[in-house]
This record gives sequence, C-alpha cells and structure tokens, in this order.
Amino acid sequence: MIEIVNLHKAFGKTLALNGANLICKEGCVSALMGPNGSGKSTLMKSILGLVIPDSGTITIDDEKISNGFEYRHKIGYMPQAVNYPHNLKVIELFEILKKLRTNDTDEELISEFKINEIYEKKFGQLSGGMKQRVSAAIAFLFKPQILILDEPTASLDPLSAEVMKAKIRKSKEEGCNIIISSHHVSEVDEMADRIAFMLEGKIVIDRMIKEIKNGSGNIRLGKVIAEMLNTN
Amino acid sequence: MSSISGLIFSAVFFFALNSFCSATARDLNVCNECEYKTIADALLASEDGDRIIVKSGEYKEHDLAINKEISLIGEGRPEINAELKGAGIVINRSNVTVSGFKIRNVDVNYLSEPAGVRVEYSDNCIIRNNEFENTFFAVYLAGAKKCEVLENKIAGLARTESSSGNGIHLWKCRELNISGNEISGHRDGIYLEFVSSSFIDGNFSNKNLRYGLHFMFSDSNSYSQNTFETNGAGVAVMYSKFIIMKGNTFRNNWGESSYGLLLKELYDGLLEGNLFYKNTAGIHLEGSNRIEMIGNDFIENGWALNALGNSYDNKILNNNFINNTFDISSNASKSNNTYSGNYWDKYKGYDLNRDGTGDIPYRPVSLFSMILEKSPESIIMLRSIIVDLLDAVERIVPSVIPETLIDEKPSFQKRT
Amino acid sequence: MSISILKYVFFDLLRSRFIITYGIMLALISLGVAYFSNDEMKTSLTLLNIILFIIPLVCLIFGSIHFYDSGEFIEFLLTQPVSRNTVFRAEYLGLTLALSVAAIAGLIPAIILNGITVSALFLTIISVAMTFIFTGLAFLSSTINTEKVRGIGLSIVLWLFLAIIFDLIIVLLIILFRDYPLENLIIIFTSLNPIDLGRILLLLKTDASAMMGFTGASFKLFFGSTTGIVVSSLAMFLWILIPYFLAIRIFRKKNF
Repeated sequence: MIEIVNLHKAFGKTLALNGANLICKEGCVSALMGPNGSGKSTLMKSILGLVIPDSGTITIDDEKISNGFEYRHKIGYMPQAVNYPHNLKVIELFEILKKLRTNDTDEELISEFKINEIYEKKFGQLSGGMKQRVSAAIAFLFKPQILILDEPTASLDPLSAEVMKAKIRKSKEEGCNIIISSHHVSEVDEMADRIAFMLEGKIVIDRMIKEIKNGSGNIRLGKVIAEMLNTN
Repeated sequence: MSSISGLIFSAVFFFALNSFCSATARDLNVCNECEYKTIADALLASEDGDRIIVKSGEYKEHDLAINKEISLIGEGRPEINAELKGAGIVINRSNVTVSGFKIRNVDVNYLSEPAGVRVEYSDNCIIRNNEFENTFFAVYLAGAKKCEVLENKIAGLARTESSSGNGIHLWKCRELNISGNEISGHRDGIYLEFVSSSFIDGNFSNKNLRYGLHFMFSDSNSYSQNTFETNGAGVAVMYSKFIIMKGNTFRNNWGESSYGLLLKELYDGLLEGNLFYKNTAGIHLEGSNRIEMIGNDFIENGWALNALGNSYDNKILNNNFINNTFDISSNASKSNNTYSGNYWDKYKGYDLNRDGTGDIPYRPVSLFSMILEKSPESIIMLRSIIVDLLDAVERIVPSVIPETLIDEKPSFQKRT
Repeated sequence: MSISILKYVFFDLLRSRFIITYGIMLALISLGVAYFSNDEMKTSLTLLNIILFIIPLVCLIFGSIHFYDSGEFIEFLLTQPVSRNTVFRAEYLGLTLALSVAAIAGLIPAIILNGITVSALFLTIISVAMTFIFTGLAFLSSTINTEKVRGIGLSIVLWLFLAIIFDLIIVLLIILFRDYPLENLIIIFTSLNPIDLGRILLLLKTDASAMMGFTGASFKLFFGSTTGIVVSSLAMFLWILIPYFLAIRIFRKKNF
C-alpha cells in the first residue's frame, strides 16, 4: 500500500505540490489526471525518489521511503520518454538492469513487446515508439508489486498499446498496485478503477470510476468530471 | 764581422762544454736493489745537474726537499706514499724537474698547507706527468716564475669547501704555463692569487667543490681550450684585469648557486668562442667593465647571461643564444652594454631584405626575468601559463624592459 | 552492483569519438615534443606545460557536457533500486578512468622514446591527479547549476581562475609586497592551486630545480622535503575529495 500524506514541494516560487494526499492499494489501477503543471509528474517522481518533498510523507508497505532506495525493487516505472544513450544497445541496458535488480524476470514480455527483434540495436537507431516499447518492457520485466506508468500509451504504436493494456489488466489481477497518469479520459475509463484528479498541487477529486458512473448515470466520464470540477 | 761571430760562437761552445763537464751529470738510481734504497738518500747524495731515476715501487717517504738543480724522474710510475705524515716533495731551488710519479696521501694541515709538490720561490721548474691522489693540495706554487705544470692527473677526496685544498694552487707567480692537467675532487681545480702573465690551456677541471678555475687579483693572464664541467661553479674571475678567455667549454655547472663563469670586478677581458652548455647561469657579470664577448655559444642554460646594472661598456657581439630559459637578465633599468649581431632563437622577427640581419630589433630580456630580478620569490611561477602570457603581452606592448637593452641587428641565422 | 554502471559508463566513453580524439591528440603532441626535443628532461617540461593547460580545460568542459548529456539516463537509473551515491560514483569514476586512460595513452609515445624515467612517472601521476581533480570540479559546477549553459560557463570560469587568474594574483602579490618576507605565504598559496602544485612538484624532479634553488631556496627546501611532498600530496587529495563530496551532497538533494 502506498500512503501519501500532506505532500508539499516548491520549485523556487512555484508550488508543484501543495498538500497532496493519496492512498493506493493493491489490485487497483489509480489514474492521475489533471492539466499540465498540476503536479502529476512531481507526485510520481516523489514516489520514485527523484523529487525530494519539502514536507509530508510517503509510506510504502508501512515504511517511509525517505533516504532509502531498496524499496524501488518493488517498483516498475515507465517514464513518458527517455533519451537513452545513443551508443547503448538494448541488450546492454537489460544486462545492466538485471545486475541492479535481483527479482525474477518475466521473459515472455520480451517477445510480447517484440524486444527480441531490436535486442542488438543501439538506442540511437531506434524510433521514439521503439524506445517506448523498451521502456514498457522494463517496467514490467521484474514482476513488480507497484507499477508507475507515466502516459503509458501516449507514444506507443496501437499494437503495443493493446499489449500494454492487457499487461496492466493482468498485473492488476495478480494484485499489483498500479498508478498511471493520462490525459485521455477514454483510456482511463478503459483501464483504471479510480480517478485522482489534480489541480494546483492538490488532489481535488478522488473517486472510484464505478461510483461516478453509478451516481451520475451519465455515460461520458469526461463530462461528469468536468461537472464535478465546476461544483468544487 | 766574421771574427766577432767566431769569437762568440767559440765562447758559447766553451761555456757549454765547461758547464757540461763540471756538472758531471750523473744518474742516481733508486730502487730496492739499487745503490739508493730511498729517494731521500739519493737527494742527499745528489749534486746540481744530476738526474735521480726512481724505479717503480712504493716509497713510503714524505717531506722530500729538493735543494739542488736536479731532475727527479719516475720510471714505471713509482709511488710516493706520504702516509698522511706530511707533504710530498718540496722544491726550494730553480731548474728542477719532477716527472713520472704517483704521489699519495698528503697530510691535511691548515697552517702549513702541505702539498704533493710544493715549489717555493724558485724559477724554471717543470712538474710533468705526475699523478696525485688524496694530496691535500696537489701542486702548490708560491713565488714561482716561468714554471710549467703539464699533463698531471690530480684527484682529491674533497668533502667540504673549508676542509679541502686546491688542485693547483698558484700564489704570487708569473709567466707560468699550466697545461693539459686533469683535476677533480678539490676545492678549486686551479686557483690563482697575485699571478700574472700566465697561460692556462687545455686543462680538464671537473667535480671540484667550488670553482673549476679561480682568479683573484691576477692580471694579464690567458686561459684557453679548457673544459670546466660539473664543478660547484665553472670559473670565477675576480678583481683582475686583462684576462683572455678563448675556446673554453663551461658545461653542466648545475646547482643552486652555480655559474658557468662568474666575472666579478674584471676590467678589460676578451671572451671569445667559448661554449656555455647547461649551466644554471652561463655568465654572471657583476661590476665588470669593458669585456668583449664575441662568438660564444650559450646553449640550454637557465640564465645565459646575467648582467647586473653595475657593469659598463661591455660588448656582447655575434653570440648564439639557443634554448636558454632566460637569455639576458638584468636588474638595471637601463643598460650600459652593447648587444649586436647575436643570434637569438626566441627572435620572432623577419629578414625581408635578406641581408642576414633581422629587420626589427630584439629585446632579449623577458618581462618575467625582470620581475624575477626584482622579486626572486617569483621563481615559483617558472613555466606557468601566466609567465608566458606576461611575456607575450610585454612583447606586444613593451613598457618595463629597459629601452636600451636591445639588439638592433639580431642575426637571422645561427652564427658559426 | 555499482560496478555494472561504472563498467558501462567507462567503456561507453572509451569508445566515444571525443575520448579517442583526445587520446590521439595528446599522443601526437607527446610524440612531437619527444621527437623534436632531444633530451628527456626538456620533453617532460614541455609536456608538463601542455598537460597543465589541456587536461584541466578538457576535464572541466567535457566533464560538464558529459554530466548534462547523461542527465536523462542518470534520472532513469535512479528510478531503479540504486542509491544516488552509487550512480554518482559510477559516473565520476567511469569518466575519470576513461579520461585517465586517454591521458596515459597520450603519454606513451614520449615514454617509448625516452624510457621510463622519474619525471615520466611523475608526469603520469600528475596527469591522472589533474583528471580526477578537474572532473570532480566539473561535476561540482554541473550539480550546482541545473542549466547546462551556466554549468559549462562556471567550469570555464573555474579553469580561467585556476590556470591564469590565480597565478596572476600571486605574481602581483610578489611584486607589490616584495619588501616583506613572503616565502611561507607563497608556499601556502601555491598549495591551494592544484595546477601550481603539479607544476612545482615536477619542476623539482628536473634540471629546473637548480633554477628554483638559485633564487628561491626556501621553495626548493620545502617542496623538495618529505614534509613538502606529503603536504603537496595531501593537498592534491583534498582537491580530489572536497569537490567530489560537495558535488555528491548537492546531487543527493537534487530534484529531477
């Protein structure tokens, strides 16, 4: 379980997080939504330890993450886009990661995301979509208990996006704690169980999608969210 | 006319015959099986004009005084071992020759200054082809005239300057010829005090603690074709006049206060065709006037020529300055010496009219060497980027370097 | 486990065009210098000047550029279960070792032509020490500034200061205060600058030491003594350690 309590973070004068609270449980896909600059990335990076909050706590399975790094064995992360070193071969990156992480690997992934085709290629030779396939595979590779996926389908080809969605579903069934960020309401509707909507560094809406749909009776999720924001 | 010349001839002939007969010119042999077992016995028995022939072997004798006009000749290099009991040979008469010996282990005594061979107030002596080993002073000439010290090999065991003697020590002498000797391991290789009209040629003076050759108050002398290597300093010429210095090599006199050649209060000298190679300072010129330095090679010295401001009217002509860290350094704000026609490897000028002379003058003093002269601590910046920068700036905008310290006609090619 | 990142960084850089060019350039210079100056001491002194000019400059600028260019990959690595110390150490060592290999390779032609001598050994040690020191400084200026241009700018300023301005200040001090006994102060000052330290230590191993003794006997006395060598080595080590640990402190608190 991930517990985020009253998280604050300022970059200079801009407040990126202003008292964010969030609890994510196993077997649940939580979708972080919100406009650009609302604090989604900062929140995700805080969980990963890339951003060090000014105040507030993040607890994973009853342990505070401050200063540690071992907890990241539990996490699989897919960034929005990474500029991997041009001369690095895909297989070399996998080898480095396998030395950093001791968990078992899910070798099926390699073929599912068609990584074996590009194993010997250098990142400099890969297209953006191909790199994202590698990032996706890395996120799932070590059978993590927690998945943090930043715009997971954004620059994937449709086929890989489908594989990705299937992987998310399967991981959820296996009891994985999944956080995704997304701009696409339809995608969230399709994949997530719950929406956490951020504005100005706070989570302003935190509801289960089922609840929202049941409550409003409205089929279009986006419209419901917009209405909720207006009433707030 | 012819009768007069005939008379002179017969007189000379008669005189020569007479002196030959009266000297009776004997050879006295010294060896274990000979008539004389010791050199002292032979000296006692000898008379003017005799030759004492000493055969090879070791003779444990000391303070051998020669009071007669004789030749003391070693055959097969006999060894006189003074066993640190006194001096070797002391010559008190004129026309004495000592040759062919090996003289060892002379006592150290700071009052009597004993020597391997000492000559006192005598003329026409010849000290030739001897070897000296651990003789406090090797050859000591006091008040001698027209003496020759030739082809001796002199090796001392000097450890400190104050406790050691000089290889060839000359005091109050004139018309000497000191040639072809090899001297090492003494305080000064050759030392001259109140010596005049003498020649010091073709000697090799090395590994002496203080100077290879040292002049004090000695006028009208010449030294040529000598090599001074790895001494405390090569040559020091002090308080003297009219010295000719030609074709010598001053090499590897590297040390914290080492010079190739130190000229201190020398008036009127000629320094021509010498080589200064790898000395901390090639020449250190202090209070010296009217010296002509012509056609010398200054190669790879720390300072080629350090000319202090109290030196006047010196001429530095047609020399080669190659690979020295500093070519000229001076503490003077203006130069009283003439520099012309020298080849400077650091010269960056051009020769458009191809007359062999650079078209723009050369200033051989670098800004850093000026700073160094005024603030010796700045040596800590030696070979740093800032020094190169300062020198480059000074080249472009000369402001500190003495205006008059300039070679108006730098040679464009190396001088031969 | 940190070794895998280090190995990757090191070999990746070793194959990089820049490091290869750098090594070849140094090798050509040392070949030229050794070939054209007939004696070993002079080769060492000329090489020393070049090394003390080029190595700090290259390490500072290339070190900064490399750090910024690796930024995204460093960020990626930090999402994995490794500590920031580990990643930083791997980046630092990978780069310094690669640059050191290039520097040593650059000296090899001179060593082949002149043989293994005391001054060649010293030159090698100084080259490696300079690489470690100035790469550390590059990383420090890059961790202080999140903006690439400012970081590289600070690196250039650092180089200008240590290579030129610092010495200019010393020269001015010596000139302005020449009536005062400055020796000890100058010894302390020069120990504060690794470029000066490297230069003086090598000078004392060559013929030039006589020139040092000629006018500044106390310098030779100090830097030539065991105490002097211990103090200088210690100062060099501090020059490696202090920027490294300052940089790591900032790096650990950095937000990506």
